[in-house]
Amino acid sequence: MSKLTPEQIHAIIKEEFGAETVSDLDNSRTMPNFTVLDHTLWQPMAYFMRTDERLKFDYLACLSGVDYGDGTLGAVYNLESLSAYQHKIAVKLKCTKENNTIPSVAEIWRTAEWHEREAYDLVGIVFEGNPDLRRILCPNDWEGHPLRKDYTVQEYYHGIKVPY
Amino acid sequence: MAETLEYSPKTRLSQTGSNQYIVEKDLDTEYMTLNMGPQHPATHGVLRVELITDGEVVMKATPHMGYLHRCFEKHAEALDYQKVIPYTDRMDYLSAMNTEHAFVMAVEKLLNIEVPRRVEFMRVIVAELQRIASHQVAIATYGLDIGAFTPFLHIMRDREHILTLLEWLCGARMLYNYIWVGGVSHNFPPKFKQRVAEFVKYYKPKVDEMMALLTENELFIERTRGIGILPADVAINYGCSGPMLRGSGVKWDLRKNDPYSIYPELEFDVVVPDGKLSIIGDSLSRHLVRCYEIYESLKIIQQCIDKMPEDPNFDPHAAVPKRIKPPAGEVYARDENPRGEVGFYVIADGKGTKPFRCKARAACFVNLSVLPELAKGNLISDVVAILGSIDIVLGEVDR
Repeated sequence: MSKLTPEQIHAIIKEEFGAETVSDLDNSRTMPNFTVLDHTLWQPMAYFMRTDERLKFDYLACLSGVDYGDGTLGAVYNLESLSAYQHKIAVKLKCTKENNTIPSVAEIWRTAEWHEREAYDLVGIVFEGNPDLRRILCPNDWEGHPLRKDYTVQEYYHGIKVPY
Repeated sequence: MAETLEYSPKTRLSQTGSNQYIVEKDLDTEYMTLNMGPQHPATHGVLRVELITDGEVVMKATPHMGYLHRCFEKHAEALDYQKVIPYTDRMDYLSAMNTEHAFVMAVEKLLNIEVPRRVEFMRVIVAELQRIASHQVAIATYGLDIGAFTPFLHIMRDREHILTLLEWLCGARMLYNYIWVGGVSHNFPPKFKQRVAEFVKYYKPKVDEMMALLTENELFIERTRGIGILPADVAINYGCSGPMLRGSGVKWDLRKNDPYSIYPELEFDVVVPDGKLSIIGDSLSRHLVRCYEIYESLKIIQQCIDKMPEDPNFDPHAAVPKRIKPPAGEVYARDENPRGEVGFYVIADGKGTKPFRCKARAACFVNLSVLPELAKGNLISDVVAILGSIDIVLGEVDR
């Protein structure tokens, strides 16, 4: 067992879950990544990635919510095998603004709980299965999700004028 | 008397002798909610921790933050890449240089540019000076939380030397805007290197003094040893990094494990506690890691001074691009901050000079998420010791 290249990681995932469940590998210079197409498989896939002897992605470095501006939202997971092999990969999941749910991985990597709360707060992605999906940075009664590209700030917040 | 007492399920009589009775009262305990913060000196800023306590014991701790949320990510989308750098300073205001470095590396990776070798040395020197200054604050205020006031004054006196050096270098004491994309804002002034070398020589014995004054203090050890033990696997699963993770015995340092800049050329150790003075993973271990990292940073600075290429006509702006317009792409770049891994996930759309999305992965934000796990079952006064050992900067937690 040793450090794997992004191609090898992608091949292992494809072999385990089927070729049509994930997109092709985007082997970019800066951040190799692939997209999970079948949302229902994301939780088992995440568990597999954390526990499989060849992969051992035990460290979720970063989880970012993104609004791509064309009606799709996305979550980007930067994974790393910290204690074993030190290989890295980025995984993406996409959803639409109307159907804005992505399965939560807070039970697999506990760090995801707060990251998902942040992505919910700022981008408005609902992570199904997160034990405590509340706003984290904005006040609980804030309106809208600030990092949406079509976000307009509310006029008043508790009688205080917001736009300056 | 006996009949009336029997009605209460919490009180009973037990016979100890032929006609001796003891009235036993199981006092009903009630959970109490206690707000620690947002104006509490031990929370190091505006953090509110909601503690549910049973007497003195914490049953549940829920951190509430957002009091210092300044919408960094939203601002970044409206600014040119160069203009984002001062905002990154204000995230972790105690380690501005390191955070700048992480963001600048992200943009440089997008642009795919090389920076001059001398600039890399300059960056590492200021970053390591900043690391010492940041650890000094962490150690000093940790002593303050526990009740040791004197070390604070000693440490702050020495921190002043670093801030003066950096002020001389770029004019600012805490928020520098020094590291630029492709270069740095100012060249080292004449004799700057010499003064840094003098500082290294001066400060080494002072670290020993600090260790003797605070770390080897019996009372300090009593308050921190065995408190808030964080096992290594839990730390990894919670995404902890920096001294938090190394305190749990995991040899993980991005300067070694995902090397950037000129760190591969430098010799230094990744410090993990040996378990002699502390129990691995406890608050004292995290404190010890910070103390020993100061020695390692001094080592790095000394090596950089010796190896740094000299160039009298050096222009630190030579490789700075006039207009930063990266091709479409995305990057996650990170560096080892004093508090752990700080990463920037930047998406460039290839059309403009502003980032399409800029997400900051803050070390303190992630490290703080383990607090409920650590605080459970400890005394309220120990929560102060645990929170201090996590070493949060609320500017970075809330961004």
